Amino acid sequence: MTITEKLLARAARRESVRPGDFVNCRIDLVLANDITAPIAIKEFRQMGATRVFDPERVALVADHYTPTKDIKAAQQVKIVRDFAKAQGIKHYYEACGGGIEHILLPEKGLVLPGDVVVGADSHTCTYGALGAFATGVGSTDAAAAMATGECWFRVPETLKFIYKGTLGRWLTGKDLILHTIGLIGVDGARYKAMEFAGPVVEALGMSDRFTMCNMAIEAGGKNGVIEPDEKTVEWVRPRAKREYTLLRSDADADYAQVYEIDCTGLEPVVAFPHLPENTRPLSEVGDVPIDQVIIGACTNGWLEDLRRAAEVLQGRRVAPYVRCIILPGSYDIFLRAAKEGLIETFLEAGCVVGPSTCGPCLGGHMGILAEGERAVATTNRNFVGRMGHPDSEVYLASPYVAAASAVAGRIAGPDEL
Amino acid sequence: MSVIKGRVHKYGDHVDTDVIIPARYLVTTDPKELAAHAMEDLDPEFAKRVQPGDVIVAGRNFGCGSSREHAPLALKAAGVSCIVAASFARIFYRNALNIGLPIVECPEAVEEIQPGDEAEIDIEGGCIRDLTLGKQWRFPPLTGIAKELLDAGGLVPLVRRKLGVE
Repeated sequence: MTITEKLLARAARRESVRPGDFVNCRIDLVLANDITAPIAIKEFRQMGATRVFDPERVALVADHYTPTKDIKAAQQVKIVRDFAKAQGIKHYYEACGGGIEHILLPEKGLVLPGDVVVGADSHTCTYGALGAFATGVGSTDAAAAMATGECWFRVPETLKFIYKGTLGRWLTGKDLILHTIGLIGVDGARYKAMEFAGPVVEALGMSDRFTMCNMAIEAGGKNGVIEPDEKTVEWVRPRAKREYTLLRSDADADYAQVYEIDCTGLEPVVAFPHLPENTRPLSEVGDVPIDQVIIGACTNGWLEDLRRAAEVLQGRRVAPYVRCIILPGSYDIFLRAAKEGLIETFLEAGCVVGPSTCGPCLGGHMGILAEGERAVATTNRNFVGRMGHPDSEVYLASPYVAAASAVAGRIAGPDEL
Repeated sequence: MSVIKGRVHKYGDHVDTDVIIPARYLVTTDPKELAAHAMEDLDPEFAKRVQPGDVIVAGRNFGCGSSREHAPLALKAAGVSCIVAASFARIFYRNALNIGLPIVECPEAVEEIQPGDEAEIDIEGGCIRDLTLGKQWRFPPLTGIAKELLDAGGLVPLVRRKLGVE
């Protein structure tokens, strides 16, 4: 079996499973946020449920429109907060001590290797980097999981991606996943598991692994997964407050397809509007003047991402009329970045450093685009109207390219500065 | 489940959840409010044009992007009775079934059906008819949990049964 099959089999208390099987899995954690929890709570009550199956295994994170952007958003967050209090849900996060859900949950050790997790947010697939099965669901599925502690799945086939060769100076996990989505398309992994492997992946730090799994959904993937190794254990050990299980794919596991990707010579990748698959290598971008840069989001809000941005912004200034907005992935990361002097670097360069929120990624707040404006963002989606006006454009890139673009006033890499 | 009949609104590939219901409207869970803005960034006239019972016919990967249940909710509340697509993104597919919005995968039908056509869909029998073109296509009817959800009208009734409520 592949690791995805093993994860599902274990949670379904079955010896083995095959792609196409329908299984009912015990859920280790259910997640929802300030956008999706209000509907989930409504459905939870309509289901006749009164208590969540286990208050320790529900996480509610108000990160999308917080600090609350207007009255309606505040009303929604209040619904979630009140529910968390009434249910005794310890893992409620909003503002201080919190952050963006997909960075916060791994940080807090709430998702561990071997877990099966559902989240009412499509980027729940991020946690696959821990060797867990994690997938996005809607509010009603989340409500059912909160009520019963279970969720049904159809076991997916797995696509394996083996990354070999040497990674260039400015290349990151973000470039690898953008390259991959460019290769297979936004539905290239539809209903399938994406297993990321190979020496290049093994050499990546945890934040780059999270970045890769984060964008599995952008290829239509049901989940992204990376086999846990010593790096995973090193990350998890100080954070875990319960047992975890390390699973690996069998050597003779069946894959629907295996892709071998030679990373040698790969350039940083930019995804042009309006699909994440619309990728180009940096040298083929041409002259694209920009108005805004967003550095952060669940994809690239990690400390390593902020360090990379700071490396480029150090001693430089953001171009005139360009707004560079930096949103650390969690308040813990924000604090550590401050202690490392990164925040000073950002402020001296003329960046805005904002709260730990999804904000502009989905066109919520903290940096919305006007008609005709262009942004380079370390986020994960660039559909029409994603960051504001339907006639605005979003270009997806790594923190290195985003930071360099902020300085250049057009899409650029660090080598061009 | 009775046969669905309605006028077609046709779209292309990769109709994503941001165009189905932009994030600026996700500050409400009211179906009527959501319906008023359905498809706004792709087809600003949709919300005004759509009539109860209408059908959406679309290309590949319909509903890709976010897990927001507001997307199928907005369409259902706007009066859409069924979505026929060449293929669906998986979270949207699941969400639609969970809220009782029938969906059908039939690439052959999508190829030929035109906007404004009258369509008739027999979900249980697995047949789509374009009454305007005078053509019909078959598709494999839903089975298993998908069929259970469709028959029950969504996940809520199934969970109520499971929890022993009523």
